[in-house]
Amino acid sequence: MGCFPHKHLIDLGEYSADDIMTVLATAQKFKQVNERRIKKVPTLKGFTVVNMFNEPSTRTRSSFEIAEKRLSADALNFGGSSTSTVKGESLADTVRTLCAYKIDLIVVRDAHAGVPYKVAEASGVPVIDAGDGKHQHPTQALLDLYTIWQHKVLAEGVPFEKLHVGIVGDIGHSRVCGSLIPGLKTMGCEVTVVGPPTLMPARPDVLGADHVAYDLDSVLPQLDVVYMLRIQRERLEGAPFPSLREYSLLYGLTRERDALMKPDALVCHPGPINRGVELDSFMADHPARSVVLDQVYAGVLVRMAALYLLLGGQDGFDA
Amino acid sequence: MALMLRNARLVDPQVKTAAGLVDILIRDGRIVEIGKDLDLPKGIERDLEGKYVVPGLVDIHVHLRDPGFEQKEDIASGTRAAAHGGFTAVCAMPNTDPVIDDAVGVEYVKARAAEVGKCRVIVSGACTKDLQGEVLADIGDMAAHGASALTDDGRGIQSAGMMRRVMEYALPFDMPVMVHAQDDSLVGKGQVNEGVASTRLGLLGWPAEGEELEIARDIALCRLTGCPLHIQHITTARGLDLVRVAKAEGLPVTCEVTPHHLFLTEDDITDAYQTTLKVNPPLRTRADADALVAGVIDGTVDAIVTDHAPHTDHEKDREFELAPFGMIGLETSLGLMLTHLVGPGLLTMERLVELMAVNPRAIVGQERVALEPGSVADLTVIDPEAEWTVLREDFYSKAGNSGFLNASLKGRATDVYVGGYATMENGEVIE
Repeated sequence: MGCFPHKHLIDLGEYSADDIMTVLATAQKFKQVNERRIKKVPTLKGFTVVNMFNEPSTRTRSSFEIAEKRLSADALNFGGSSTSTVKGESLADTVRTLCAYKIDLIVVRDAHAGVPYKVAEASGVPVIDAGDGKHQHPTQALLDLYTIWQHKVLAEGVPFEKLHVGIVGDIGHSRVCGSLIPGLKTMGCEVTVVGPPTLMPARPDVLGADHVAYDLDSVLPQLDVVYMLRIQRERLEGAPFPSLREYSLLYGLTRERDALMKPDALVCHPGPINRGVELDSFMADHPARSVVLDQVYAGVLVRMAALYLLLGGQDGFDA
Repeated sequence: MALMLRNARLVDPQVKTAAGLVDILIRDGRIVEIGKDLDLPKGIERDLEGKYVVPGLVDIHVHLRDPGFEQKEDIASGTRAAAHGGFTAVCAMPNTDPVIDDAVGVEYVKARAAEVGKCRVIVSGACTKDLQGEVLADIGDMAAHGASALTDDGRGIQSAGMMRRVMEYALPFDMPVMVHAQDDSLVGKGQVNEGVASTRLGLLGWPAEGEELEIARDIALCRLTGCPLHIQHITTARGLDLVRVAKAEGLPVTCEVTPHHLFLTEDDITDAYQTTLKVNPPLRTRADADALVAGVIDGTVDAIVTDHAPHTDHEKDREFELAPFGMIGLETSLGLMLTHLVGPGLLTMERLVELMAVNPRAIVGQERVALEPGSVADLTVIDPEAEWTVLREDFYSKAGNSGFLNASLKGRATDVYVGGYATMENGEVIE
């Protein structure tokens, strides 16, 4: 087994199907670590990882922190009131300051697109993009692919190439889509994006979407995976739809729509859920369909895998 | 003291120039005589060795940043960059701090230019107070103090009613109204062209229609008011079509294009998120750039300008969405035009001179400069064969935010004369 061929995890579009499968397979191996009584291995002992969160984030940061701790890496959380912009320091200066501490990897979340590239350039160390503006969120896409792989490919024996994934909601403002759509396309899935035209990017085809649909009910019967995006109220500019009520009527995945779905279709959501907006409680908690908590668990696994692979681990991890 | 420029190859579409190599005799700031083997009883002689001599180049869209932003550029450095790029005059934009919206501001720019300038500085004044688009600037007073054009460059005037008022009020003062076409309700915080680039980079889009709507509106207001309208830094194929139709109708409409919108596209902005390529209006599609080149060749485009927009390194070296818009251009404009259009035979030298000297002067109402006796001796000497590389350390500008660093170019200005005095010789600005 050779070395993992990437230094960074920033643009999932640069990862081949083999690369993605390496991450997923490595993540699966880390499952046993997480299911022991003592959930810790010394794999990254002595490595220092900085979680540079320049934008508020609880869930993604917690997930990274748990992944780092279970691998015994020393994790430094850098963000909140200590962020560079608050004190007027430039991003590059902040990164160079961090590097002077002799660190080994930076996990970066930022409100501005492209920042992980600048961090990579200024630091010289491996960088994991934990979400940059409206651009990408590759570890989210990897945990989604892991979840789909587990439930569809492994459990049901349906290969990625036979899966039709519908992504519903705010495609245009979604960094999740920026990574998930290219990732799904790399794995061979068919991808339909669904939502009001005002929430579509200028060119969905550039992301790789095969189809654009405005009517959820007409596409639901075809979908093997229904990926519901969160309506990010804080990111919506200029009221792209009349009300949350109308959004929910047109695009909410509700109990009424359950009957339109394939019997074995999965429901995914990156969290946190706005109950009653994109998902009602029936669908969010649906015992057969909803894999929302599996996604959260997969987040820890793929982040452990990404940290391990980017810090030089071979792809044949044995716990 | 007389100056004799020997062995010049003249290019000037305004006059019938002699073929072959001629001498130009200059005295008291004007051309006295042009001919072969002229006698020079007393004075300075320079042998141009067959280089081109053209009427001095003029860039009517330049941010000298003075007063207020002298860390980016000032009148001394900006006019040196202009001289180094082959220009004998630039038109300074009024979006300084304070904004040039009254006679005091006009007088400041004129005084500083006279004191420290290396080229003529044509002063433009704001259309509206503080560029707010709400109250007329002191247009008449600025005209009386020597302003040559009006513009709220950097912003579009959002209200059609206000734009009409500006154009009507400006009529008696014989100044063009130059517009930065941008409808804020469509553009918002747009960062890059809406379409492939905005989707690929996850950045807010700046749609072509945000520019085209204001161009269409202002052409209608030009028809209504009769005020000369100049569309600044046009970037889209459809925007150019609007100008083409307006011209065919006989309206007093002109337009300009920058080299960066001709020779760069949205595809040049990569995952490196190069902030040097963040400009307003944004780099557009390949099809748009091709249409602009066609407009330059067919005459729809009147002028090449740089929209020279200097910023400090630290202002540009940051998050793309937080970096300011703009790139510098004075020292690369001529080389880019020669390399990409004249060299390959797409554009004649005569047409280049129209685009970079004759038309710009006419648009902002400057005295004609031609290669004939009696004309002011504002001249640019061009070596079409000089091969050079765009290097930061060669810039006279304080700034380095060029989108063309390390480009290999062929052709540049070697000497520049303003009123018969050399401002640049052999590629070096004269102090």
